[in-house]
Amino acid sequence: MDRRKSIKTLLVGTAVASVLIESCDTSVKNNSAASSKGLNEEDRMAEEKIANKKLRDEIFFTPTEMATITILGDIIIPKDAVSGSASEAKVPEFIEFIVKDMPAHQTPMRGGLRWLEMISLKKFGNSFTAITEKQRIEIIDEIAYPKKAKASMKQGVAFFNLMRNLTTTGFYTSEMGVKDVGYMGNVPNQWNGVPDDVLKEHNLAYTERELKECVNYDTK
Amino acid sequence: MGDTLQIKKQAKKYDVVIVGSGAGGGMSAYVLANAGLKVCLLEAGPDYDPATNSSQMKNPWESPRRGASTKFRPFGDFDGCYWGWEIDGEPYTHAPGTKWEWWRARMVGGRTNHWGRISLRFGPKDFKRKSIDGLGDDWPIGYEDVKPYYDKIDQLIGVFGSNEGLPNDPDGIFLPAPKPRLHELYIKKAAISGGVPVIPSRLSILTKQINKERGACFYCAQCGRSCKVYADFSSSSVLIKPAVATGNVDLITNAMAREVLTNKEGKATGISYVNKEDMQEYQVEGKVVILAASACESARLMLNSKSEQHPNGISNSSNVVGKYLHDSTGAAMGGVLPKLVGRKRYNEDGVGGMHVYSPWWLDNKKLDFPRGYHIEYWGGMSQPSYGFGFDMESQNGMFPINGKTKEAGGYGASLKEDVRYLFGSGVGMAGRGESIAVETNYCEIDPSVVDKYGIPVLRFNTKNSDYEIKQAKHMKETFREIMHNMGAVITWGDTDGPENDYGLANPGNIIHEAGTIRMGNDPKKSALNKWSQAHDCKNLFNVDGGQFVSQADKNITWTILALSMRTSEYIIDQLKKNNL
Repeated sequence: MDRRKSIKTLLVGTAVASVLIESCDTSVKNNSAASSKGLNEEDRMAEEKIANKKLRDEIFFTPTEMATITILGDIIIPKDAVSGSASEAKVPEFIEFIVKDMPAHQTPMRGGLRWLEMISLKKFGNSFTAITEKQRIEIIDEIAYPKKAKASMKQGVAFFNLMRNLTTTGFYTSEMGVKDVGYMGNVPNQWNGVPDDVLKEHNLAYTERELKECVNYDTK
Repeated sequence: MGDTLQIKKQAKKYDVVIVGSGAGGGMSAYVLANAGLKVCLLEAGPDYDPATNSSQMKNPWESPRRGASTKFRPFGDFDGCYWGWEIDGEPYTHAPGTKWEWWRARMVGGRTNHWGRISLRFGPKDFKRKSIDGLGDDWPIGYEDVKPYYDKIDQLIGVFGSNEGLPNDPDGIFLPAPKPRLHELYIKKAAISGGVPVIPSRLSILTKQINKERGACFYCAQCGRSCKVYADFSSSSVLIKPAVATGNVDLITNAMAREVLTNKEGKATGISYVNKEDMQEYQVEGKVVILAASACESARLMLNSKSEQHPNGISNSSNVVGKYLHDSTGAAMGGVLPKLVGRKRYNEDGVGGMHVYSPWWLDNKKLDFPRGYHIEYWGGMSQPSYGFGFDMESQNGMFPINGKTKEAGGYGASLKEDVRYLFGSGVGMAGRGESIAVETNYCEIDPSVVDKYGIPVLRFNTKNSDYEIKQAKHMKETFREIMHNMGAVITWGDTDGPENDYGLANPGNIIHEAGTIRMGNDPKKSALNKWSQAHDCKNLFNVDGGQFVSQADKNITWTILALSMRTSEYIIDQLKKNNL
């Protein structure tokens, strides 16, 4: 059902239905990845507005660091048959914001990027941004698998774990990522229980009492 | 002029001045205003109306931090509560060794804008625990005193659930509960097979419309953000809004109460407060003063209200104000349910919170700890937010992904496959239990620290006892068994032992603090009588968690609401009789 229409149908007779319709419309319009414009400014305390503005005005990563983050991000989340890449979902911009918002990430990220840069220089005589794709993967394969990584690479493993965390979470909380993973909620609806075919697949059933006493919506 | 401080006295005299607009203060304002009394309602934070201020229905990408928490919103960027564990300019301190965590909401409606809506009645035994196990104290009232008010608020506010005829989890006047989600069906089967009952949860969410002012639930699972159509209980939308609409309530926001004012006879005459916007000092007078600022904030206010008649803080001749501070116990565990990997996608948001829960089911006579706990459950396909997809390296090596066992960690298209495969397969559970209220757990005024308004702050001094630690150990054993019966793989919460009190949460962390202004029949051992009325000051009342003698293994909000309604009706009656 059309989103607007479905909300209206569900909220018939409710004084505040229009408020919700408005808010849902806004949420459809504002979908830029790392922008804070989409946030409901009505819902920010005065203190939050000041803090958010300060964060937006700061710059943390250098252009080279951002270039490396972008390359790493797209190695971790590349474009595939289902969805786009980390950079297409503006994950690097998210990472820039979140390390400012969570200062605990700053040193591990900055130091980890430098660690990576030094490995690249030692191994291939060039910056991580300047070596070949094959050479990059050679380094990544040494830090991407915690259980089989060499002891000498453990600092790189810790950095890559953090980079994997921030990239994965940044991607799967973007519009593209939410669609990829198939989350179908955040839509007004009427919960009528687990769909019949799923119950069957799992060999589960509601009890007679649940069917009789729980809230039921006529789906006919 | 300029910075010179003046005390501005409000000319209007009220019947009642209430401090705090959460569950307790909201209910008092609602009952008193509807009875025609003139009420002044002071709130330390800004105005808040979920209809306009809620972040409901926002997508994660609409937050620059993807819904991650901040100090302004510890439960996430979309959460409906302003502030939490820390507030700029409003510190609190700890005695050595104490880890108490204090949640403070600053907004109209207080923390009811984001709470879990778990709305449980205390049972008959919960009011008389000392008579049963010899620990703590009995309440001066029993279930029969509170039942009529539980019945009234069930109908006024709305709560879903099921009547089960359980001896200590009383039936109510319930709206129909939503059917269990898929993971909840698995949990139910596994728990029941191990002897743990699982019944529909009891949440104050409207599965059916109950009046024109409030809509019915449309199942977005976002009660924590507060509801724009008022389909769940928040004091702001359900009590304060209609109370103000009577024309009998003057709501003063950003008003930080400093002390209770008294006259020569020691009676309360009003409240002195700081206006946070102009930083000026104000006084407002009323025939009755009701404290509903939260258990610890109300105790702080009383301890800071010293006068010749009340040298130990107002109505504190018993010296119990601040003492018997206790929170719910808490411990949790979770993991992945392999039966749910690679599952079919559909919208299973449901209501905000669990559709089923486990009430306490055992007999303490056969256990090595007193009092019980209930179990809350979660899992399934919920909206991704900051933290989603973290720690894949500790998950994707543990199960075959689409039939193939992989090396833990990784990247690329293979990692994307893992995320999709595992989405919606998580399950978790947490116990919420009753701790014993003891005199030696308390908050007091720190002798040397003030907040930015110059108000002396609280210092906490609390410690978990063996009772709480053993309860947490038992919780973990129960969770392990349920997870095992379900065939779930535990990925967190199973490495606790005596070294960390079996994962027992720091006291305060569960945000059910209570007991600091407890009621009782003996004025030497309690601050309030059975009407929540101060023993030493008959026109002073407390209607938040402070008045609790003990707090059961039930979230305390429903009982705060019931007691506040009961006390408010008593105040109306006593004012009529000129007794206050």
